[in-house]
Amino acid sequence: MLKYFVKRAVLAVVTIWIVATLTFFLMFLVPGGPFLAEKAPSPATLAALEAKYGLDQPVHIQYKNYMLRLLQGDLGTSLKQRGREINDIIATRLPVSARVGGMAIVVAVVFGVFFGSIAALNRGKWLDNVIIFLSTCGIAIPSFVVSTLLLYFFGVRLEILPTFGLNTTSSYIMPVVALAFYPMSYISRLMRSCMLDVLGQDYMRTARAKGLSQIKSLFKHALRNAILPVVTYLGPLLAYALTGSFIVETIFTIPGLGDSFVSSITGRDYPLIMGTTIFLAFLIVTMNLLVDIIYKIIDPRINLN
Amino acid sequence: MNQNNPMQDTELDKSPQWKLSFHLKAEDFLPASEEEKEDLVTLRESVNFWQDGIRRFRKNKLGMASFIVVLFMMFFAFVLPYFYPYNYYEQIRGSESLAPFEYSETEKAIMAEGGKVFPHIFGTDTLGRDIMARIMMGSRISLLVGIVASAIILVIGSIYGAVAAYFGGWVDTIMMRIVDIIYTVPDILLIILLSVTLKYPLQKLAEFPAFAWINKVGVGLISIFIVFSLLYWVSMARIVRSQVLTLKELEYVSAAKALGASHSRIIRKHLLTNCIGTLIVTTTLQIPSSIFTETFLSFLGLGVMAPMPSLGSLASAALDGLYTYPYRLFAPAITISIIILAFNLFGDGLRDAFDPKLKD
Repeated sequence: MLKYFVKRAVLAVVTIWIVATLTFFLMFLVPGGPFLAEKAPSPATLAALEAKYGLDQPVHIQYKNYMLRLLQGDLGTSLKQRGREINDIIATRLPVSARVGGMAIVVAVVFGVFFGSIAALNRGKWLDNVIIFLSTCGIAIPSFVVSTLLLYFFGVRLEILPTFGLNTTSSYIMPVVALAFYPMSYISRLMRSCMLDVLGQDYMRTARAKGLSQIKSLFKHALRNAILPVVTYLGPLLAYALTGSFIVETIFTIPGLGDSFVSSITGRDYPLIMGTTIFLAFLIVTMNLLVDIIYKIIDPRINLN
Repeated sequence: MNQNNPMQDTELDKSPQWKLSFHLKAEDFLPASEEEKEDLVTLRESVNFWQDGIRRFRKNKLGMASFIVVLFMMFFAFVLPYFYPYNYYEQIRGSESLAPFEYSETEKAIMAEGGKVFPHIFGTDTLGRDIMARIMMGSRISLLVGIVASAIILVIGSIYGAVAAYFGGWVDTIMMRIVDIIYTVPDILLIILLSVTLKYPLQKLAEFPAFAWINKVGVGLISIFIVFSLLYWVSMARIVRSQVLTLKELEYVSAAKALGASHSRIIRKHLLTNCIGTLIVTTTLQIPSSIFTETFLSFLGLGVMAPMPSLGSLASAALDGLYTYPYRLFAPAITISIIILAFNLFGDGLRDAFDPKLKD
């Protein structure tokens, strides 16, 4: 057990190290280095800046300094938002994204598990067919299509929901639904097939035979076992919520991390792009590691080798 | 009856009626009756792997319907633009921002004189370009990206997985550890990072005459392909590896080895050809997911370059005029969803027909 955890942790560290190294070397491909701006700084300023950040030193020393700074959690400063630390930008932006993303994850899991179980319990009936049809469509529609259509119908046409910002509670509805739509459909399909698998197991018949009620056997035995594979999807789901936020936050103008990331791409704010990438990669890899470990703990049947 | 088998001989000696069998029976030499001939006729043509799969696929109504939709979308994207009177980059003066089936003043004048004008089915954009033509071209780009990317993934993933499984041992361990690492790298983030940074070196490279084609294809598309071939093949490699691990233990591989076949011949001719079902299904299902990523990037402005349209960039361009021109959003949005849905269902159908074991 411990050996497995150590192996996974080492793998996660290596991944983060590779992403950081790749980011460092990709920086050299950008013309003008990290101090590229619309108004090119004078040679003297550039030299001063390069000396300040140690960019006049050989590559391996720069790499060492960069890695040391990363280890201390310092992601550098933004180019366009003068003098603002990237850590500071992330600290103000992340809570907003976390609220929307967290709500979307909860909605996706709760409704996905619910619809998937309902479909499995009504196998072959019309309700099952409706849920299969909708979830099949759900995994085929990109999040920006869902977001823009929601925006048009509920924001522009019916004017019942606010189209931008997060000022009222009702502002959360559209972004959360848009972000949760794809994972909800995915979880529904996953849950349906797992539930069908579990319902056919011998222990379900035993539970009914020993006199457990339908409801009790469903909650005590079926749901608990069928929900396990959904736990493995939590890692990818988090990654999806983070990358999906790029689109959803841009469309609904939400001041979150995704919005800042997309505007740093269009504004060519390279340090901010690099910093956010490393931070998000760290977040995703760590969460995946945690989910894997939790999964192995709650399902002892899994072969650790 | 085997005369050389002593066991059988002794048994035959014990049973009295079998002694008669040493005498020739006259009826054995008579011509076969019609009834006996019937028995020897094969009732059905023997079916090979492809015929069997295609037969099973034909029975699947949803699969067939989605296959027809896929064919139609291919026709729509690759053939129809040649017969369509407008193209995706021509800016028609005076017909800016037309509504669907609306005609500009000059076009109305031509029609008044008895001339024929082809209607703008989805209207025109703010620069006077026909939206229908742009959607056709956008579908072509998205489909091309999906198909080319899946082909790259197929080649890299299948060879990598097969080599790792075939040689086994420490080769397998090292190769699969690399796969594990790439698998944990958050792909979308790296794609964005690479398409942002690769732009300049690729543009530099395109200045050399030998690499002029880069500008033609577009730096954005090339970065997408590079990233796909760097990251996305890992699941293909894992699937192929698990198949080859069982296949390489089979007798025909030992036979091929005994006959002196080289490693590369065994991998190409015996191992990969025998997991062809899995390869087809995984590649088909890879197409919609590649299209998904491409439209995502184009929506963020990282995909193809103007004036080349992509379904993602068309949708993102439509956002600005959402209040006045909502159909500009609907048309690409619905096209993307139809393409992805059709490929998903087509892939599912192929999986049920060619590779039932793969079903989850």
